Amino acid sequence: MTGARLLSVKGLSTEFRTDRGTVRAVDDVSFDLAAGETLAIVGESGSGKSVTALSVLRLIPTPPGRISSGEVLFEGRDLLKLDEREIRAIRGNRIAMIFQEPMSSLNPSLTVGLQIAEPVQLHRKAPWAAALDKAGELLERVRLPDARSRLSSYPHQFSGGMRQRAMIAMALACQPQLIIADEPTTALDVTVQAQILALLKELTRAANSALILITHDLGVVARYADRVCVMYGGRVAEMGPAREIYAHPRHPYTIGLMASVPRLDQEAGSRLVPIEGQPPDLSRLPPGCAFQPRCRFATERCRVERPPLVSTGPDHLSACHHHDRLGA
Amino acid sequence: MTSLAHTAPAAAPVRSGLWNFLVRLFRDKPLGAFGFVVCVVFLFCGLFADLLAPYGFNQISPINRLKPPGEKYWFGTDNLGRDMFSRILYGAQLSVIIGLSAAALATVVSVVIGVVSGYLGGKFDMVVQRFVDGWMAFPDLVILIVVVSVVGPGMGPVIVILGLLYGIGGSRIVRGAVLSVRENAYVHAAQSTGASLPRILWKHILPNVMAPVIVLFTTRVGAVILAESGLAFLGLGVPPPAPTWGGMLSGSGRAFMYQGPWLALAPGLCITIVVYAINVFGDALRDLLDPRMRGSR
Repeated sequence: MTGARLLSVKGLSTEFRTDRGTVRAVDDVSFDLAAGETLAIVGESGSGKSVTALSVLRLIPTPPGRISSGEVLFEGRDLLKLDEREIRAIRGNRIAMIFQEPMSSLNPSLTVGLQIAEPVQLHRKAPWAAALDKAGELLERVRLPDARSRLSSYPHQFSGGMRQRAMIAMALACQPQLIIADEPTTALDVTVQAQILALLKELTRAANSALILITHDLGVVARYADRVCVMYGGRVAEMGPAREIYAHPRHPYTIGLMASVPRLDQEAGSRLVPIEGQPPDLSRLPPGCAFQPRCRFATERCRVERPPLVSTGPDHLSACHHHDRLGA
Repeated sequence: MTSLAHTAPAAAPVRSGLWNFLVRLFRDKPLGAFGFVVCVVFLFCGLFADLLAPYGFNQISPINRLKPPGEKYWFGTDNLGRDMFSRILYGAQLSVIIGLSAAALATVVSVVIGVVSGYLGGKFDMVVQRFVDGWMAFPDLVILIVVVSVVGPGMGPVIVILGLLYGIGGSRIVRGAVLSVRENAYVHAAQSTGASLPRILWKHILPNVMAPVIVLFTTRVGAVILAESGLAFLGLGVPPPAPTWGGMLSGSGRAFMYQGPWLALAPGLCITIVVYAINVFGDALRDLLDPRMRGSR
């Protein structure tokens, strides 16, 4: 924790109505975020990380989705209780979002400059010329070559990396307190990924904005996050400082994730260890631990009793019955 | 904005929008250019019919009845000795007015219903679409005949009825386009920047459904001219002596087809050529207005 508490999510649950019954995509998730801090939410597809992020800004399509319980306290106000106009004043202004597909996150019919200027005009009530000027400045700040002349370009004239830079410029437009980046680099080339993340980190640090980085890439987490929240089956599996999670993972799922990622310090020729089995079907979660069917350490207790999130060290939480056996 | 001038060579050369458009139209879309030329001629004839027509549209000359096309009467004369060329020009005027205004009305109705219903979805969409279903279940002609017989024929009623008729049906096309556009990430992104509903509809949905809307409009111009001709044919259009193409086709054109085939050929060919030209022009327009195709060649 580097500063005052900015965002506090408490007991957040989000459900989706489907043909096969109600699916709880996010189940009783809680986390805190300090001003200027970077929190990484990690998990595989369907673990609920994106839905968590969307729920914070109330961008869940309703119906079929519904935030069924919980609180999202941002600067002391519960975002879930605001009316439409109040939440709109927060979106893009105090909390900005970057989506995972830069190729489709920009409107193909409008110029890039117009789209970056839009939030400025919307929230700052700036005159159009000033907003456009600000957009040029923002594009310079995300180091787009030839920034000002790019204002009148259309998105199809940009590469993926350039578009994601434009998206970052758009997110930074109103100097938000919090930026939520939902897998911002998934669709990009590896070399571009590193540039974009470094840029994002640098700019958020400069603006003292907090960052929620949603990713499935543990390499990203190690370099850029202060704290990590590992999600599995819509629940928090483990949460703690990034360094601590790397050094002493206290959940079998986190351990499995790390074993499945290639490392430079690995012996040449050694095999990666995949996590056996399939991600869980959220409409049919087992009664006990959601990870138990794939877990090497599972016991009878894991099958029947759902493990609570318990403290395993300073600022380190794990939802595993056997967390004390895992530390080695 | 001085820095912009310095770096201008990096971007595509910016020419005047209309000129640029015309150059691309004639270079890339010869058929569309043909349609464009015909449309311009048609508009020109419609607008300046009073000046261009050598005779009045209702000026009869009994001695020159049923003259075949020739030097004096380019398109011949009808059974009352009226000059067909003049009547075609005045007919173009009526067709321009009816075609453009009814198609414009239809497009506006389609866009409003389609965009709102498609974007909001849910129960609202359900109710609206069931109403559209019900409306479309009636044959067009039945609605037209019923309404015209109630309110009486005339240009105003015909425009409004045709506009509503095609507008409500066409909303299905716009709605379909909106359904696919609203799932795009940039719509979610716009929501996440705090844009209001009208703003999202206006700036993010509408520009991206313009391609089908333009095609819808141009096909509607053609359809409206055809429908008006059909109504006139049944005697429910703009009442005579107003020289509508449909009216000419059904009146003297049909009655005197054997004595003077040009009476049917002239209005018939005009309808065919204009409707075809509008359609191909609309196609070209859709392609050229797509920003993804700008500067691609």
